[in-house]
Amino acid sequence: MKVAIIKYNAGNIRSMAFAMERLGIDYSITDHQEEIKKADKVIFPGVGEAKSTMDYLQVHKLDLLIKDLKQPVLGVCLGMQLMCAYSEENDTKCLGIFDETVKQFIPKNAEKVPHMGWNSIALSNSWINASLDETYMYFVHSYYVPVNQHTAAITDYIQPFSAALQKDNFYAVQFHPEKSASVGENVLRSFLNIPA
Amino acid sequence: MLTKRIIPCLDIKEGRTVKGVNFESIRDAGDPVALASLYAQQGADELVFLDIAATNENRKTFSTLVREIARHINIPFTVGGGISSVEDASLLLEAGADKVSINSAAVRNPQLIDEMAKAFGSQFVVVAIDAKKVGNPWVVHTHGGKKPTDKKLFSWAEEAQQRGAGEILFTSMDHDGTKNGFAIDALSKLNQLLSIPVIASGGAGNMGHFMDVFLLGKADAALAASIFHFGEVPLPELKKYLKDRHISIR
Repeated sequence: MKVAIIKYNAGNIRSMAFAMERLGIDYSITDHQEEIKKADKVIFPGVGEAKSTMDYLQVHKLDLLIKDLKQPVLGVCLGMQLMCAYSEENDTKCLGIFDETVKQFIPKNAEKVPHMGWNSIALSNSWINASLDETYMYFVHSYYVPVNQHTAAITDYIQPFSAALQKDNFYAVQFHPEKSASVGENVLRSFLNIPA
Repeated sequence: MLTKRIIPCLDIKEGRTVKGVNFESIRDAGDPVALASLYAQQGADELVFLDIAATNENRKTFSTLVREIARHINIPFTVGGGISSVEDASLLLEAGADKVSINSAAVRNPQLIDEMAKAFGSQFVVVAIDAKKVGNPWVVHTHGGKKPTDKKLFSWAEEAQQRGAGEILFTSMDHDGTKNGFAIDALSKLNQLLSIPVIASGGAGNMGHFMDVFLLGKADAALAASIFHFGEVPLPELKKYLKDRHISIR
């Protein structure tokens, strides 16, 4: 199996690559259209800001490419948010794979923002292995995707939000599986084990 | 529920782990990657690596080590020590660091916080503050605690937040190395003042001190070094102790 990790102007793509190495998976970090299309699985990682990364994807024609992919695609953190229709972060139109608006966290009881650290996920009918229900994952984000018809896992911070999504061949997690110890590696395995 | 974080800190000199008690004396405690892997397995929530002898010559050695750490460790980690420009930080991000901490350079040039937050996002920027109570005010010190500055802890922490810091790592120099507990009053005041997470550092000596720093100091995370390195407080026992006492712990 060959995994393509999409190369763009977002931070910490290296961490995802190292996670693939630890799992013994053959991968490449690439922005080459044909290489991405041919891969068995595609990972769309990222830490960063919505507007500048969407601009970059458009200039490099990766926006249309990602939407049209047919193999299983995993969006992580910013990658998941960019898969939605729109982000409140700098008023950014996103890819529109999930018809949702990415919202900014507004503290209700002096909660800290960003939501940073380990929080538990609640699963139901999810593509994520059921044994990972109620385990803790590592989150770092100031914007969130509300719970919707495509929500595959829920986490509670300020209010319940989407910790994972799924629609057709598109999978996504708000947390960082590559930084969530062995349980995070099991989430990556759940994705890698999805039949192509 | 978001959990409180326990963070072992590894001081690094020429690729090896050391711990300076009260910032001065130094003892060798081993290979950083091996020690970090052990802590990750034992349930550390994050790790911090501080290059305590940072110079331009060994900056490359440190980024090579950061890459090795990123390759082997599956939890988040922060690196710090001598980072004084966006270029320094960029090298460490590329090597696989999740966050960088800046200290003296931010005091010297506060604009650096804005520049780094803009370049990499606030989540990447930890502002470390070493402070000591001189009379009533907490006076910020730089250069590993050697140089007093005209900055005060609370106003400097607020300014750092405004400029885009994602977290504050506060070390009480009065408590560091004493093993008599964290600076609870100052921490609790910091927590009230700030809307970003606070990492408490300096003074951990036993499991009860962690209970106090979370319950009374309201810290989001607690950092310690020698008590972990020398096995005085084993991580798994500490986490069980806190869980049994209803602190939210992974």
